Amino acid sequence: MFKSIIISTSFHLAIIALTVISLPFIAKKPINIPPIVSIELIQITDITNIPFAPKAKKIIDKIKKEEEKLVSEQAPPKKVKKEKPDAIPLPKKEIEKVKKVEEKKQNPEKDDNKVKQVSEFEKKELFDTNNIAALIDKSKEELAETTIKNKKITQSEDKSMNLSGLTLNEEDALKAQIFGCWSIPLGLPYNENLLVRIKLKLKPDGSVVKSEILDHARMNKPGQGFYKVLAESALRAVQLCQPLRVPSTGYERWKEMQLNFDASEMLKG
Amino acid sequence: MRKIKILLISFFLFFIPSISYSLIEVDISRGNLNPLPISVSPLFADKVSNSLLKNDIQIENLGLKIAEVVENNLRQTGLFNPLSRKAFLQKPDIAHLKPRFEDWALIKSQALITGKISYKNEKLKVEFRLWDVLAGREMLALAFTTVPNNWRRVGHIISDKIYERLTGEKGYFDTRIIYVAEEGPKTKRIKKLAIMDQDGFNTKYLTLGNELVLTPRFNPTNQMVTYLSYFKNLPRVYLLDIETGMQEVVGDFPGMTFAPRFSPDGKKIIMSFAKDGNSDIYTMDLENRIVERITNHPSIDTSPSFSPDGKFITFNSDRSGFQQIYIMKNDGKKVKRISFGKGLYGTPVWSPRGDLIAFTKLHKGKFYIGVMRVDGSGERLLTENYYQEAPSWSPNGRVLIFYRETKTDSEGKGFSAKLWSIDLTGYNERQVETLTDASDPSWSSLLSN
Repeated sequence: MFKSIIISTSFHLAIIALTVISLPFIAKKPINIPPIVSIELIQITDITNIPFAPKAKKIIDKIKKEEEKLVSEQAPPKKVKKEKPDAIPLPKKEIEKVKKVEEKKQNPEKDDNKVKQVSEFEKKELFDTNNIAALIDKSKEELAETTIKNKKITQSEDKSMNLSGLTLNEEDALKAQIFGCWSIPLGLPYNENLLVRIKLKLKPDGSVVKSEILDHARMNKPGQGFYKVLAESALRAVQLCQPLRVPSTGYERWKEMQLNFDASEMLKG
Repeated sequence: MRKIKILLISFFLFFIPSISYSLIEVDISRGNLNPLPISVSPLFADKVSNSLLKNDIQIENLGLKIAEVVENNLRQTGLFNPLSRKAFLQKPDIAHLKPRFEDWALIKSQALITGKISYKNEKLKVEFRLWDVLAGREMLALAFTTVPNNWRRVGHIISDKIYERLTGEKGYFDTRIIYVAEEGPKTKRIKKLAIMDQDGFNTKYLTLGNELVLTPRFNPTNQMVTYLSYFKNLPRVYLLDIETGMQEVVGDFPGMTFAPRFSPDGKKIIMSFAKDGNSDIYTMDLENRIVERITNHPSIDTSPSFSPDGKFITFNSDRSGFQQIYIMKNDGKKVKRISFGKGLYGTPVWSPRGDLIAFTKLHKGKFYIGVMRVDGSGERLLTENYYQEAPSWSPNGRVLIFYRETKTDSEGKGFSAKLWSIDLTGYNERQVETLTDASDPSWSSLLSN
């Protein structure tokens, strides 16, 4: 009787202890929420009626300078992007489109900041310059942090921020490379599902050890003859492109990779 | 007590999280539309077959000739880029047994065609293999036996098989084109019905040129042709059997009939019948000769064309005040206008795939060949010129053939009419070689299925 009470108590204690210990593992790290950008809607008349004070002009110039600095500090990752499309034999127009889209995606805060600063200033004729400086400094710090994170991705950092994928830069490099290699068969029926999923096993240098079509069964289904053609074209693209442009670090992260080839966008367009 | 310890430890271990990465997925939504580099190795023939063939059909090195037919067909599509034979590192006979894929990959070839011909008992046997150079394996292997004079057709059939294997849709090489061959000055033109292979070879004339002929159209199921000619000074729809040369007037209409076309099952002819300045659309059953009126409207309804399933008809009409394209059910009900752009729209032709309608458009003095979806959306103008019209679809619905006339100079010279083809991308525009001037082309369906 006494023995069983001990066992029961110890078990209960163990479970409580485990819960306490394991909670930090289970719980995700708090997500870094970027500061909320508040945009105030104001009447145009409010802006136009504001007298343009000389003091305000100085402040505007100062902000503009700061913004330029910001932009120039944001430049390095962009340069990297520009280099990649240059190396790929794609039509120029397409490259430009890709770049524009990327910029929008990657730097949403950039434009928002502008809107915020300008609008706030316009609303209040005079305001505390220290606040702006603080704001800018803060964003600088944040920027610096993210760039460091992006540049030096160690495996321990991967766990927290990059468990599920490549960085946008890495993904873009890989995409751009495969875009150039994939000759889409033009005869495919574009109202069908044209998605081919290919699982790859890669060597650290990006060469392909094994490639496998995930929906293999679909090839032999009646009326899906085109799927074989599509899948073969995707496999050819992988073969032609290898060694793939994979990141130089974090092999464990991308040693297995799935490529989803979807021709419908190209053929419908 | 020890058991409890083990139990506790294993329980504890169970909760220790292990590091695992989810599979990275990358979406590839774009590719290039560059032509696929392909090598067509000349078909290999042994010496005996070569000398026998030379005696019988007076062609030296038939294997090379067939390879040239295939190469030319593939190049014309704009989807393939046949590589120069000078760059080939492997001999045809060895390549046909087992290609050294590294050698073919070295010249940037992604696909390889090898083959062999043999001639025995007056039968020509042609076999070929299609190889995937990058994957290093065979994709297709077939053999055909035929009479030696049929060698060009064998080349076309091989092209069709390769095209189908690499693009996923049927080819259009083993087909013929019927057109109106034109000769003489513009004011006194002699027009004859002519038929040729789709690559411009084997031209034959079907009429003598005594009567004016216009708008020949193939029956999609067999080798019959319907066209417009003059009977008692009235334009009438005719029917012609290509094999026998038999001709007959279709129906006994008290007026002129024109713009004929077959239904997809080949059993009916749909055409326009004009009387007292009003033209409407009629069909005639070729078996029982029953005539059915489809449209009944005081405007001019003409150029009818069936959808591939035979359930709908597209035609052009000026019932809105300007010539526009309409579709309706095959009994004439539910008429719906589908073209709303500026300019005049005419000669609508339903694609064999069923998804598009090709048309001629006249806007600001220029003629365009274009396509739109069957609901009228997605209008795309593929080509623009001084004068061009009468598009006709290839049997796979990828290429359009039409004719284009050039302007005469101030002395009335320099006029010419030629056949041109353009694919749906609008980039691959080519002139189709004909012996004489040509107009009103119509593409047959595949001769071999």
